[in-house]
Amino acid sequence: MLVHLPILQVIVPLMAAPACLILGRPRLVWLFSLITSGIAFLISVSLLRQVMSAGTISYVLGGWSAPWGIEYRIDELNAYLLLIISAISTVVLLAAQTSIKKEIPKDRHTLFYVLYLLSLAGMLGIVATGDAFNVFVFLEISSLSAYSLISLGKDRRSLWASYQYLIMGTIGATFILIGIGLMYQMTGTLNMEDLAVRLPEVTHTRTVFVAFAFFIVGVCLKLALFPLHMWLPNAYAYAPSIVTAFFAATSTKVAIYLLIRFTFSIFGISFSFTTLPLQTIFLTLGLLGIFVASIAAIYQKNVKHLLAYSSVAQVGYMIVGYSISTTTGLMATLLHLFNHALMKGALFLAVGAVMYRVGSTQLRDFQGLGHQMPITMAAIVVGGLSLIGVPLTVGFISKWYLLLAAIENGWWPIAILILLGSLLAIVYVWRIVEAAYFKEPLIDREPVKEAPLTFLLPVWVLVTANIYFGVDTRLSVQVAQAASQSLFGVSP
Amino acid sequence: MNLSLELMLQLCIILPLITTLGIVATGRNQNLREGVTISAALLVFYFVINLYHGLQQGKHINVHWGQIIPGMQLSFTIEALGMIFALIASFLWFITTIYSIGYMRSHHEKNQTRFYCCFAIAIGCVMGIAFADNLFTLFIFYEVLTLSTYPLVTHAGTEEAKKGGRIYLGILLSTSIAFFLLAIVSTWFIAGTVNFEPGGIFGPEPDIMIVSVLLVLFVFGIGKAAIMPFHRWLPAAMVAPTPVSSLLHAVAVVKAGVFTVLKVCVFIFGIDLLDKLPSTQFLLYLAGATVLLSSLVAMRQDNLKARLAYSTISQLGYITLGALLASSSGVIGSSMHIATHAFGKITLFFCAGAVLVAAHKSKISEMGGLGRQMPITMVAFFIASLSIIGVPPAGGTWSKWYLLLGTMETEQWILMAVLMISSLLNIVYLLPIPIRAFFPANKASIGDVQIKEAPLPSLIALCITCLMCVVLFVYPQPLYELATSIMETSGVVHGQ
Repeated sequence: MLVHLPILQVIVPLMAAPACLILGRPRLVWLFSLITSGIAFLISVSLLRQVMSAGTISYVLGGWSAPWGIEYRIDELNAYLLLIISAISTVVLLAAQTSIKKEIPKDRHTLFYVLYLLSLAGMLGIVATGDAFNVFVFLEISSLSAYSLISLGKDRRSLWASYQYLIMGTIGATFILIGIGLMYQMTGTLNMEDLAVRLPEVTHTRTVFVAFAFFIVGVCLKLALFPLHMWLPNAYAYAPSIVTAFFAATSTKVAIYLLIRFTFSIFGISFSFTTLPLQTIFLTLGLLGIFVASIAAIYQKNVKHLLAYSSVAQVGYMIVGYSISTTTGLMATLLHLFNHALMKGALFLAVGAVMYRVGSTQLRDFQGLGHQMPITMAAIVVGGLSLIGVPLTVGFISKWYLLLAAIENGWWPIAILILLGSLLAIVYVWRIVEAAYFKEPLIDREPVKEAPLTFLLPVWVLVTANIYFGVDTRLSVQVAQAASQSLFGVSP
Repeated sequence: MNLSLELMLQLCIILPLITTLGIVATGRNQNLREGVTISAALLVFYFVINLYHGLQQGKHINVHWGQIIPGMQLSFTIEALGMIFALIASFLWFITTIYSIGYMRSHHEKNQTRFYCCFAIAIGCVMGIAFADNLFTLFIFYEVLTLSTYPLVTHAGTEEAKKGGRIYLGILLSTSIAFFLLAIVSTWFIAGTVNFEPGGIFGPEPDIMIVSVLLVLFVFGIGKAAIMPFHRWLPAAMVAPTPVSSLLHAVAVVKAGVFTVLKVCVFIFGIDLLDKLPSTQFLLYLAGATVLLSSLVAMRQDNLKARLAYSTISQLGYITLGALLASSSGVIGSSMHIATHAFGKITLFFCAGAVLVAAHKSKISEMGGLGRQMPITMVAFFIASLSIIGVPPAGGTWSKWYLLLGTMETEQWILMAVLMISSLLNIVYLLPIPIRAFFPANKASIGDVQIKEAPLPSLIALCITCLMCVVLFVYPQPLYELATSIMETSGVVHGQ
């Protein structure tokens, strides 16, 4: 059983998705999905333990040995990502039943869970697999379900947002497919491990350059790197709250995983960063992303939009860390993957609670909520502080490592820019705080009660995690360090 | 109680935090709630006194709370400078609580439970700062202190409070994130450690240019020290209720700032290195300019609290200046000034609050003739003013004496002149207030006979702090000994 964990990780949610249709009753389906996601989480925990103690796990699908058969390959990086995705998915699902009652018509509840599990399976698949084509297959599974999930939103604009994402996402996926296809053409293999061996022999050819370019642009579309982020704010803002919380915490992370995996493990650092000017490009775009998106966030009137722009900015931080391309830099990126999932999960879920009670996420509807929904608002404050990067929260840990990485490289101006970027976060977080605590509620809005426990519990699980992993960083730092060192080929 | 010193040190930090639970639990009963705060304050003060005795006996105490980031420990120790700060803060927490009882009740403030909670958290943070053994620990408590005092500053919840809070948080968080954090990470990268060590941590041959820049980053980054141009938060924070202004903005928050500056100068750079840095001179002049300019601005304020706020900025400038002088007299003067200014300024704020509560007056121009109705308050104001100015019979005399001595030792004649002129300015903007109160310009303005002294708890509190100003003049030895031992432990030959 233990041997089959890598495939079970993916297959459990994948098989559970159609099974939901048989169950039919929404409450039952919810419980079933929750259990499925919980199992996926337990599997990922056990995988991470195995990897940390015994090293990389290779699992050959159906007994066909790689590179002919499909291989699932779990190293520190994959295990870490699997843990993030399945953990967030489980916590978010806790609130799902309550939240969708208000946001999705009753006859589509079962459909929601089916799509949710498919999307989860897709993301887990992208991360777990060691086969380049398999990546594309799972990418499509997760993307198609994502488009449908977003279109389930109550607001009719969700259809437009979903359509926008569909177009951009499909372009991205196509580019990735073209990239992978060209790689296959040049090497005759799709196995990542094998690709990494064979690609260096042909790196001088123009085809490989083209393959690389297509792949990178495709992935950057998916991870919403500025200026390819246009689909993200609307998709996050108009999707049902649960969907937003889940995607904001996981989907861009998966794309960043792909970027790291392909540039570091497959193409190799020297090709990606020396032969091509990737470092300069990513550094510039990352920094631009931080500033443009943060400033855009300041001017948003809808809290979901605000947080969505903040997500684009946070992706900027991850990309800056990545472009530093030292072990510390990559470590900062990986830490921020984990930490940002916790922050945005907590924040979007808390906003979901507001949506549940107030029925709107406009900033002006937040007025007076500090007194009407004190526990939810306290969660938003802590999440916001984490976003700013105040000590004792996870945000501080990411920022510390990112700064250290920049300074180690002697990039003083970058260090200063990173810090200036986080000052912008103070501004947009404080707009929410001031609305909630210092303004009288609007007259035309009914006074509301505190969110139900089914919301408060998952929100505060994530908020507590924000503080816990800001104080006890052993897990996140150790794994991120191990992953980053193994990507650089340094033996720990 | 037979607690080990280690435990007491930890309790100093934890107890105020736990107290918040007690305060919330007893929130419905005013007397019980304030009883909880007072007993916690007394306990903390008792612990600090014990630690002080431990320090005098030469005991070394180290407490580790584990690592947050590999290499970055949360650890605490006791040392003379921190002890001065901890003694003042814990003692004044107790006094201020007594004062608040009178003030908050007769002023009918809302959300008093939240007020006492945030207060307790802030004190816990101050203790953490005072006993921090490395920059990292200090930074964490420094940031939490900023955040925990934000609800206190914006206590009134009005538009004005929101604006004040915005400036307060904006400046303090921005400077600490943009400069202080950068300086700490850089220090960690260059020196490989961020522990406070006697004589500094940069080693014998540091890169002078980089370290110079670091010093500037530190001084600007520690926004709580209110060096111009990052001083705006202090006047902005005066929208807070008076007990908050008095404890946090005359004692805890601002003193946390200058304490950090002193700590960084003595234990991160070391005064020998400080002397060699080209940026020190620039910062000295900046501190001098802060002293002078804010005194000038203070003269033009008609709102009493605003005038006191600018006076605080100026006095903080003294302490920063003393720390940067890189001489032992300077450091002694600065650390003594932390104490003497704390008692002087808190008395002044208490008096301002008393006048506000009893006479509902906040403008200086309206306070003429008030000495008749509120004689005790105004006498206390007079004595505390003397302490700030630095003349006998008040404690401020000694600290200003050593600061002047420091400027002479290092032959900073311009700065010496600055200090002298500023003292004169202090006279101009402080003394007229009690004098006008007792000898009003026109008899007609004596006014309302209805006005009585402030509520008894408040009156007791301000008498005690006023008395302490005098005590520090008559009996400054313990303070002086603590201040001199800072330099002795830092391994520098104590030169007079």
